[in-house]
Amino acid sequence: MKNTGTPGPLLSANDLVKTHGATPALRGASLSLGPGEILAVTGASGSGKSTLLHCMAGIVRPDEGSVTYDGRRLDRLPEKRLSELRRTGFGVVFQFGQLVPELTALDNVALPLLLAGTSRPRAHEQARDWLERFGAHDLAALRPGQMSGGQAQRTALARALITGPKVVFADEPTGALDSLAAEQVMTALARTAREAGTAVLLVTHDARTAAYADREVSLLDGVVVAEDPALEVAP
Amino acid sequence: MSTRHILLGLLATGPSHGYDLKRRHDERFPQARPLAYGQVYTTLQRLVRDGLAEVEGTDSDGGPERTLYHVTEAGARELSRWAAEIAPPAPFVTNEIFAKVVVAILSGGDPAAYLRAQRAAHMRRMRELTAVTSDPGSDLATVLSADFALNHLDADLRWMTTTAARLTTLTAEVDAA
Repeated sequence: MKNTGTPGPLLSANDLVKTHGATPALRGASLSLGPGEILAVTGASGSGKSTLLHCMAGIVRPDEGSVTYDGRRLDRLPEKRLSELRRTGFGVVFQFGQLVPELTALDNVALPLLLAGTSRPRAHEQARDWLERFGAHDLAALRPGQMSGGQAQRTALARALITGPKVVFADEPTGALDSLAAEQVMTALARTAREAGTAVLLVTHDARTAAYADREVSLLDGVVVAEDPALEVAP
Repeated sequence: MSTRHILLGLLATGPSHGYDLKRRHDERFPQARPLAYGQVYTTLQRLVRDGLAEVEGTDSDGGPERTLYHVTEAGARELSRWAAEIAPPAPFVTNEIFAKVVVAILSGGDPAAYLRAQRAAHMRRMRELTAVTSDPGSDLATVLSADFALNHLDADLRWMTTTAARLTTLTAEVDAA
């Protein structure tokens, strides 16, 4: 595994195995994410990259292997603690922003703070600030149905980052966007994450999107292939 | 890239000398390799020889004397012809990467390892270019130039991914030939 030059990984997956029915999705995948690092996980459809993200984000539990976050075994945390961690320590963005259709962009972004008990005026103030950082301040009053794909995705990213997570998990965040919108979304994500010191685990099949990351690893048939072949362990 | 036509295009904006043309070229095409002075002067001499440019006079501007050039009518016509000419859409049918994959198969090497290493090198270059396109200080010409390179590297990568997935069939075909 490549030495990232950081004191230690913030999040690591070790020999993960996960099977969906009879289909093996992960067959001993290992990966480390350093604090503040933007890491791209690439691979063909069905290579297991989304399953790896789901395991590392605590959304699904692996059949075998371990996930360690900040020195703790994530895969052994009880569901209640896991869901609290997902709310406060992690931010998640999917291919389709999954915004609440009835809410405005401002309310969508403020939602995680409102759920955590922050007062409405304070949550809205912060939501405006985060929309601004993603160049989406003029969207505040729009509902998701009134937005383009790129606008919805920038809103979703603002919502994912508003709680100040240590890790953002982005699963094909540009998968539904045209190239210009994809470029705007990725530029905003990379810049904002670097400013905030947030690590990003970026799953994508698109090399142009992966090029925003500090490092890339590829998945092949459920196993991580190192970025630099010179650093690969011979089989 | 035709240095001859690029210089002719820069000259079309008004009389200019070699040093100025080199400076403007490097500014206007930041992702291209900077022009060497020798190449600029040789190209200018050839443009004059072919009747596409003429010496206008000299300009010392307080420093060393410099030869000023301007575009002739024939030069302007040639520039219009070249600028409207469609670039061949498929110039890369046989490329170096494909040749190396075939040679690796022929010589009993590891074409898959070569493709992985090549992919890593492409990704490194794409990261550098992406840093240019996402830098708020980059001007649009620089961004578009880097974007052009990024799209071509991306096309190479797609081809490498497809080729890596078909290596078994390709190896059988190359070995059988």
